[in-house]
Amino acid sequence: MQTVVTDLTVRQIALATEQVLGKSVQISRETDIARDLEVDSLSLMNIVMELEDAFDLSVPLDRLASVQTVGDLADLLAMLRRGH
Amino acid sequence: MALLDQHLALAEAYKAVREAGADPFNMRFDAVLSPTEARLKGRPVVLLGSNNYLGLTFDEACIDASVEAVQRLGTGTTGSRIANGSFEGHLALEASLARFYGRRHAMVFTTGYQANLGVLSSLVGRGDHLILDADSHASIYDGAKLGSAEVIRFRHNDPDDLYKRLRRLGSAPGERLIVIEGIYSMMGDIAPLREIAAVKREMGAYLLVDEAHSMGVLGERGRGAVEAAGVEADTDFIVGTFSKSLGAIGGYLVSDIENFDVLRVTSRPYMFTASLPPSVIASTSTALARMQAEPGLRARLAHNAQRLFSELNALGFKTGPQPSPIVTAVMPDMATAVTFWNGLLREGVYLNLAVPPATPTNQPLLRSSVSAAHTPQQIDHVVAAFARIGAELGLLLPQAASA
Ligand SMILES: Cc1ncc(COP(=O)(O)O)c(C=O)c1O
Repeated sequence: MQTVVTDLTVRQIALATEQVLGKSVQISRETDIARDLEVDSLSLMNIVMELEDAFDLSVPLDRLASVQTVGDLADLLAMLRRGH
Repeated sequence: MALLDQHLALAEAYKAVREAGADPFNMRFDAVLSPTEARLKGRPVVLLGSNNYLGLTFDEACIDASVEAVQRLGTGTTGSRIANGSFEGHLALEASLARFYGRRHAMVFTTGYQANLGVLSSLVGRGDHLILDADSHASIYDGAKLGSAEVIRFRHNDPDDLYKRLRRLGSAPGERLIVIEGIYSMMGDIAPLREIAAVKREMGAYLLVDEAHSMGVLGERGRGAVEAAGVEADTDFIVGTFSKSLGAIGGYLVSDIENFDVLRVTSRPYMFTASLPPSVIASTSTALARMQAEPGLRARLAHNAQRLFSELNALGFKTGPQPSPIVTAVMPDMATAVTFWNGLLREGVYLNLAVPPATPTNQPLLRSSVSAAHTPQQIDHVVAAFARIGAELGLLLPQAASA
């Protein structure tokens, strides 16, 4: 169950990233957001804004400090969806 | 690995810009001659990027007040007001600012940057929510980082998006503080303050407006975008700077909030840095009075801004959505932007080259800031330079290029 939810989340992250970067991307949980996708801090904040809308939740910026991979971001979104 | 290797990518990008001509981030003028003119390698250049909105940097009364203060009171305060005390001028300037805005309280900081650091980190704390416009200035983001409130961004100048993000917070405990700017510094667009104030009223939040680029510029009395939109009653806090329309340096906060003075012992960027020197306080106080006594400066500024905005649009440049003293032309790519910027400099026009990620849409920008002190001839000169270089680079509308 957990993996299904996460796969969906990874797909949403891919969509949000494509929306912000304006190009298609190949990502998995292991993808390093800054290094592999060349996402700078501003683009990451913009990707998060798309995800807030996709999942109808708030992602406080300070929670992004520990996010390095797509998996980290998916886990953070899952945690926030559970209300943490 | 050398210590600064972490910045290698940025260093390479910067090098590429420098190799294309002059260094836009390290200009060295021989002399600054007036609010709108400098000398560069022996040739005159029009200053079109200095945020000197009212042209008060060479105002005789401001200079006289500054000279008198430095002779009477010395060159510096050599410490913070908490440790070394306040000079009479600090208190008088705070009283003048409060009176100007019709508010009970005012507090002066050493820069506008520090005002945002000090205010945003102290007004809200753990468990509270800071709701920032996505295009906020670096000092607002840094102030948010210095504090411990949860930070949420809303889409730039979009009151519906603000509403949505406040609604999402639901009944979560903690205060909400919305932070916006009067005029945004990169594109010169003005916040939709009436709509934002309505969202604030409906959802229950405090509203802070940074009028760095709009104080002395907008509003019948120069009280900024908040005055122009008629939302002074909805605006709980106004932050601003002395470094633009008032031609000096320093920042401030004004408000009617209860227990205001506690901020003086909670705000680290106020407590742990030296206060403004007497000479700066004196010129700023005089500039504040000059700005209020001479609404003609504001009218001249608006006229110059409207002219440059219309003429650049007529040539076919993509600018911000509305005229304001910040008139920005969006460039298609870095190479064009750098070539254009160097071309303008050769034609004797100096303005700001802004590059991503410091720009809102990831495009490079040529950013002008118009002054009340620009003469019609200087604006003519600037427009002609834009037309000539724009034509060379194939950026103009067909009818403008052949004209
Ligand atoms: C919106 C905004 N706030 C604050 C500042 C900081 O002001 P100062 O340069 O006076 O520190 C600036 C300008 O640099 C600004 O554009």
